[in-house]
Amino acid sequence: MAEHEPLIIAFVCNWCTYTAADLAGTSRLSYPKNIRMIRVMCTGMVDPQYVIKAFLEGADMVIVSGCHPGDCHYINGNYKARRRIKLLKEILPKFGIEKERLKLTWIGASDGIEFAKTMQELVVQAKNIDPNPAGTEA
Amino acid sequence: MAKTTFLNVDNNNVLASIQDLLKSVLEQDDIEAILAPQNIKIGNNDKGINIMPVLIYDPTLIEDIDPLAPTFVMNAAKLVSKLTHKPMGKKIAVVLRACEIRALIELVKLKQANMEDIIIIGIDCLGAYTNKDFAKLAVSDAKELTQQFCENVLAGKEPPVEGGPDLSSACRVCEYPIPENADILIGLFGQDIKKQIMLQSLTEKGTALFEKLSYTESEESSKKLADRKKVISEVIARKKDFRDKVFEITHEATNTLEKLSNYFVGCINCYNCRVACPVCYCRECVFNTDVFNHDPYQYIQWAKRKGSVKLPADTNFYHITRLAHISLACVGCGQCSNACPNDIPVMELFKYVANSTQAAFEYEAGKDIDQPLPLSVFKEEEYLDVVGIN
Repeated sequence: MAEHEPLIIAFVCNWCTYTAADLAGTSRLSYPKNIRMIRVMCTGMVDPQYVIKAFLEGADMVIVSGCHPGDCHYINGNYKARRRIKLLKEILPKFGIEKERLKLTWIGASDGIEFAKTMQELVVQAKNIDPNPAGTEA
Repeated sequence: MAKTTFLNVDNNNVLASIQDLLKSVLEQDDIEAILAPQNIKIGNNDKGINIMPVLIYDPTLIEDIDPLAPTFVMNAAKLVSKLTHKPMGKKIAVVLRACEIRALIELVKLKQANMEDIIIIGIDCLGAYTNKDFAKLAVSDAKELTQQFCENVLAGKEPPVEGGPDLSSACRVCEYPIPENADILIGLFGQDIKKQIMLQSLTEKGTALFEKLSYTESEESSKKLADRKKVISEVIARKKDFRDKVFEITHEATNTLEKLSNYFVGCINCYNCRVACPVCYCRECVFNTDVFNHDPYQYIQWAKRKGSVKLPADTNFYHITRLAHISLACVGCGQCSNACPNDIPVMELFKYVANSTQAAFEYEAGKDIDQPLPLSVFKEEEYLDVVGIN
């Protein structure tokens, strides 16, 4: 199969992962253009619907990323996000959207390097799996 | 705490015995009214009957109620929610099916209903036809059908009435025929219902009523209860077998997004399944908002990208979202399928997915009022396997 350019949607929290992305930028670190970032105030506000919509519109991967446990700006939004991701990882594979396409990570505000590395690694992974058929069918 | 007795059935008429019992409940000073399914004729002609939930105040009207009739028009948990979302100042009894009680428990957890002012009377559930199949029978009085139906189901006959339709698929796959969370339970399994039925109190509230009705614990109950238990476990094992077969078929029919689109191809976005669902809890559904009032150009974009787009759009999105919202609370009552104008097997998919999601959170909808809804709580150290990119 010819290599495809995957599309990855990243829901990143304002306080940690978005700040880390900002730091990656100011540190002149680069990461692939396949990532489309959507800044949210907290991973706890990522409604499962957002993730479902992203996949139905053809995203090859979705990553939700926020503050480390204990560091949430809103105290516990990231713990709630973890349960929702757990739920989605049960539902989506029933319809052929494999678990591996949905990621949850904690990337703190000072982790600019970690952010760039994570995004690079995701693109490598996404290139190794089949494109999401919802991009063109279903 | 639990007390058991056996009530005699006269003239082979189990319904009459249950009506008598409910009448004596309604005659209690502290019980103002009783919510139960009642026979109502459709129109003036002989178009048949509907069995609808009715709130009865006058004990003389009890002779038309028929909680055993093989039809299940709506999940009355939603009605109990209407009756209890604020204090009503009076106590009422509610006669509910097992799945209605289980849905009610979920609504209590969602703070949309309250158990304080109600006493729940549950009856062993023998299942029901779909609304459409029941309407086709066009019976002018369900009483005879009810008696025959009950006897045949308890004898293990399928379909329940010779030459008649099968039970609705929700009832055929239901592994919860016993209303375990009722205050008072009327038992049919393991009884010769031409002669007697069981009455059991399951809670303190139930025991108080049991005593007020001047019943005394039966001495022969332990042997009879053991027999009953055996019958019930056989019934449940049979239902589970069939359920697993349905899960397998549903899995095969929906395991890609394309197949899922096909599964829901007749969906017209009427959202009847959402209205009929007892645990679809949002006050305002996102699918009714402007979020889904797409720009006309958007449809062209979809058609262009995919070659064509089936309209109305968003059916997969709608159903997967509903799964994310309510599969943890789904009690498998099957009203979604019952409400579908195009006979899409909605229940099959929801029950199949709910089975996995509830297992993933070690949760069983409707089982335990003290077990919190999975998405309303969290622990610091849990589900570590979903975190990380590898």
